[in-house]
Amino acid sequence: MRPLTFTLRERPDQRLDLSPLVPHGLVRKTAREIERIDLQTTRYRITVGDVFRLRMGDVEQIRIQGACDRLDYIGRKMKGGELLIEGDVGIQAGRLMGGGRLTVLGNAGPWAASGMKGGVLEIRGTAGDRLGGPLVGEIAGMRGGVATVRGSAGERAGDRMRRGTIIIEGDAGPYVGSRMIAGTLIVRGRSGPLPGFLLKRGTIVLGDSSSTLLPTFIDCGQYELVAMRWLAGLMEPYSKAAARLLRRPLTRFAGDMAVLGKGEILVGSRN
Amino acid sequence: MPLTVRGVRIDDTFAEAFGMRATAVIITADNARWAHQAALSMTGFATSVIGCGCEAGIDCELTARQTPDGRPGVRVLLFAVSTAELQRQLQARVAQCVLTSPGSACYAGIEGEEALRLGNALRYFGDGWQISKRFGAKHFWRIPVMDGEFVCEATTGLTKKAVGGGNLLIIGRTVQTTRAAAEAAAAAIGNVPNVVAPFPGGVVRSGSKVGSKYKGVPASTNDAYCPTLRGAVQTALDPDAGCVLEIVVDGLTSDAVASAMRAGIAAIVRLGPKRGATRISAGNYGGKLGPHHYHLRELLP
Repeated sequence: MRPLTFTLRERPDQRLDLSPLVPHGLVRKTAREIERIDLQTTRYRITVGDVFRLRMGDVEQIRIQGACDRLDYIGRKMKGGELLIEGDVGIQAGRLMGGGRLTVLGNAGPWAASGMKGGVLEIRGTAGDRLGGPLVGEIAGMRGGVATVRGSAGERAGDRMRRGTIIIEGDAGPYVGSRMIAGTLIVRGRSGPLPGFLLKRGTIVLGDSSSTLLPTFIDCGQYELVAMRWLAGLMEPYSKAAARLLRRPLTRFAGDMAVLGKGEILVGSRN
Repeated sequence: MPLTVRGVRIDDTFAEAFGMRATAVIITADNARWAHQAALSMTGFATSVIGCGCEAGIDCELTARQTPDGRPGVRVLLFAVSTAELQRQLQARVAQCVLTSPGSACYAGIEGEEALRLGNALRYFGDGWQISKRFGAKHFWRIPVMDGEFVCEATTGLTKKAVGGGNLLIIGRTVQTTRAAAEAAAAAIGNVPNVVAPFPGGVVRSGSKVGSKYKGVPASTNDAYCPTLRGAVQTALDPDAGCVLEIVVDGLTSDAVASAMRAGIAAIVRLGPKRGATRISAGNYGGKLGPHHYHLRELLP
């Protein structure tokens, strides 16, 4: 069965809230009902029919064509099915996602995968700041699932992450994995200064050894860890690059000793 | 009326087996030798539930491609009469024999209807330095040890469909020929997946009957099959029988036990009566105790 497709007519005048366009939100809705769904974020009402050309299809496979960075909250609280975005997305893509697969072929704005609880989020381009991070006032960021960024990510990726896995195949900005509570974060490329700032528990794996580490991370020596080998096997379907990195000898830095100190930064040796 | 296949007499009888609880774990190590060593230690003193608490053995060797961490491994099966005893035995044996073995790691070897605690029970050895890792449905523990880390999956599966006590009585003219037949059968059963023969080398020479003339002894020698007592007791042996060896088979399923017995009979028959056994029988309790009956005539090659 062909996918349910939304094609953006033109770049909208205001930022839009696309959170209703998830598989479980569109089940058993007619084309007319879908076209009447409100998407505005200002006083001026905009419905699906105003900005998208709709082609009905399988609600479990939704495709949004011609997407742009004004489309916010895509895949919010998504429970299952597939959502494919052809283009860029705005803020909070995949926020509080609990299941299914969200693929963004372009770039994502800040807070992508924020508070994500399950499922798979793939961003083929770059991700903005605070990938997987919490919103203001929230205690924890990402809590489950796998978020993969093929490009680079902005500042504080994995901030306050509690569980789950973030893979950044490109570079990461400053303070990657800041205040992490637990979970696994992998940066294949370079990372900005001070990764793992106030890391409590959890694992940060860095593919490049040139970033400046805090003095509160203690060098524990270089190892080929069995756990990372196993993790590599599990990550292979999501990121071959990350799996390769995990199979390399890794230098373990325990920290952040400024807080609990039961986390680790594993730095890949140069091959 | 016994059947004869290639000169080997096969009794028209059946093996009587019992339902058991079972689990499986995969042990890996830096090389096959150390994986095997950990598995051997873990399955030591696990021949019979009567005296050992569980029955255990090595199911198969695994190549690096077949294991979760890409290192050589061994799959071990454990059988017990209750879930509580199986949990107790699993925990004690992994803690004392696998955790202690250099370079080892331990993973779930079966997806069962219920879970048994594996790393979830052993993690406390880490004294607060243990690290939990989850990826999807997989959960494992990293416990710091003196050679690095002991990686252990949080839980493994439990099956309530396991069967213990499938058996073959192998009767021959001499100790040498009977042992040759038993070795051939044990080797054939070793190639059948999801079964173990828990006795030494897969073979037991001290088959037992229920009860004893002495008070408080639950089992005693199976005098009907002792060749040196032929004539002194009501024997089950023919005049040409000089030795009896038994193979006991435990399997994760009833079909696996039947396959193992079939493979064992085929191997004995292939060896023939001159170099191997002259007769194959099986042990039962009249069919009233165990729900699983394996009739030898249905398992002929």
